[in-house]
Amino acid sequence: MQDLKTILDTDQLQLTLKRLSHQLIENHYPFTDTCFIGIQPRGVPVSDYITTYIKSLYPQQQINYGKLDITFYRDDIRNELHIPSVTDLPFSIENRKVVLIDDVLYTGRTIRAAMDALLDNGRPSKVELCILVDRRFSRQLPIHPDYCGKAIDSIITQKVKVFWGDDAKVVLYDRL
Amino acid sequence: MQLSTKHLLGIRDLSSTDIQTILDTATQFKEVLQRPIKKVPSLRDITIVNLFYENSTRTRISFELAEKRLSADTINFTAGGSSVSKGETLLDTVNNILSMKVDMVVMRHSASGAPHFLAKHIPAVIVNAGDGINEHPTQALLDAFSIREKLGGLEGKRVAIIGDIMHSRVALSNIYLLKKMGAEITVAGPPTLIPKYLQDAFDVRVEYDVKKALAWCDIANVLRIQLERQNQVLFSSLREYNQAFGITRELLESIGKEIYIMHPGPINRGVELDSDVADSGQSIILEQVENGVAVRMAVLYLLSGKRESA
Repeated sequence: MQDLKTILDTDQLQLTLKRLSHQLIENHYPFTDTCFIGIQPRGVPVSDYITTYIKSLYPQQQINYGKLDITFYRDDIRNELHIPSVTDLPFSIENRKVVLIDDVLYTGRTIRAAMDALLDNGRPSKVELCILVDRRFSRQLPIHPDYCGKAIDSIITQKVKVFWGDDAKVVLYDRL
Repeated sequence: MQLSTKHLLGIRDLSSTDIQTILDTATQFKEVLQRPIKKVPSLRDITIVNLFYENSTRTRISFELAEKRLSADTINFTAGGSSVSKGETLLDTVNNILSMKVDMVVMRHSASGAPHFLAKHIPAVIVNAGDGINEHPTQALLDAFSIREKLGGLEGKRVAIIGDIMHSRVALSNIYLLKKMGAEITVAGPPTLIPKYLQDAFDVRVEYDVKKALAWCDIANVLRIQLERQNQVLFSSLREYNQAFGITRELLESIGKEIYIMHPGPINRGVELDSDVADSGQSIILEQVENGVAVRMAVLYLLSGKRESA
């Protein structure tokens, strides 16, 4: 890891996550027909934060929150085999609004796979995409976020990593 | 992440990490099988031939379903009704099939070592679905998956393997696997059906009294008496076998604890297992069959990345 550049420090990350949560509340309150789904593995800390925060603001509301693993739907399966994580969707997504949540949007291929995986579980009335960091101008598929924490410009040799815990932050570094 | 072997020829060649990886992956596939659409696109670029030189119900259907749930293309080959009866050799048959661009071969054969022979001569990935009296690795994996599901793990668990140990590839694969995963094993049955070397070779307990074995274990895997592989008289009659070594309701009740009963199928009802045991709540035989599809999906998925040419 070289040339670390902090995109969001701990405070900014908190603010951004809270803003995303409020945007979701604005569009989805009272959440009866909404499902929040974190994409395994790295979207889950984001979706954990957002759903916990929404729940703390509206403790009386039932929040549908699940996790989706996309390993079996990847299009790069012949390059590298991944070990699957848990898919846990404890509700029906049929005719509901689904918000897919992930940490970094880059080529869009993960989201393509996530939509395929999602549709195998039913037919949602609408699917939205909530992203913490959007790496602009690097998409390989026509996919665009509906909620975006921070949009950044980066080049192909760089990587974005989100750290959680006490020293939570988002950094950009050169992959060597 | 990949397995340490290119083929699945036997549990013997797998590491405990491989076994763990297969079982963990199978857990996720079991979830896939509960969905409204029980299918994932992972193997849509792969063609698999199911090469069955020996009869099979469960294994063949289970493999075929696993392949279809993974979106692979499948061809079924059974020796009866093929050019095998005209005298075509195994290698010729397989090479002809492979020239039609097949990536993986799932194979059952009555000769021990047949898949190992093929693995040396052809480029495709081989999955052993049972070879003679050698191994039946996917059965052992699904047995382990079922044990793990029921008992919460394998390490330190007591498993009794009861019946025709000598002719059973299921027994051998199970012993390899359970030993690698740290379970304790007792094999039980008539002395004529338990090989003499077993105790020294594998460090398993040998018990000739089925009741003692049942009282010792947490879960019992009861095996079929394989009459088709016995060319000499090893016990006097099926009726006598049932009286001395068969699992009956009275026998199970007499041990004073609840254990689970497994059987790889097909059951000889009234020989190694009585109907009122096979159909009872203690029996997890049908769960084993259900788990078989998920475990075979995991094996095919994890081996699919290993093929050399498309």
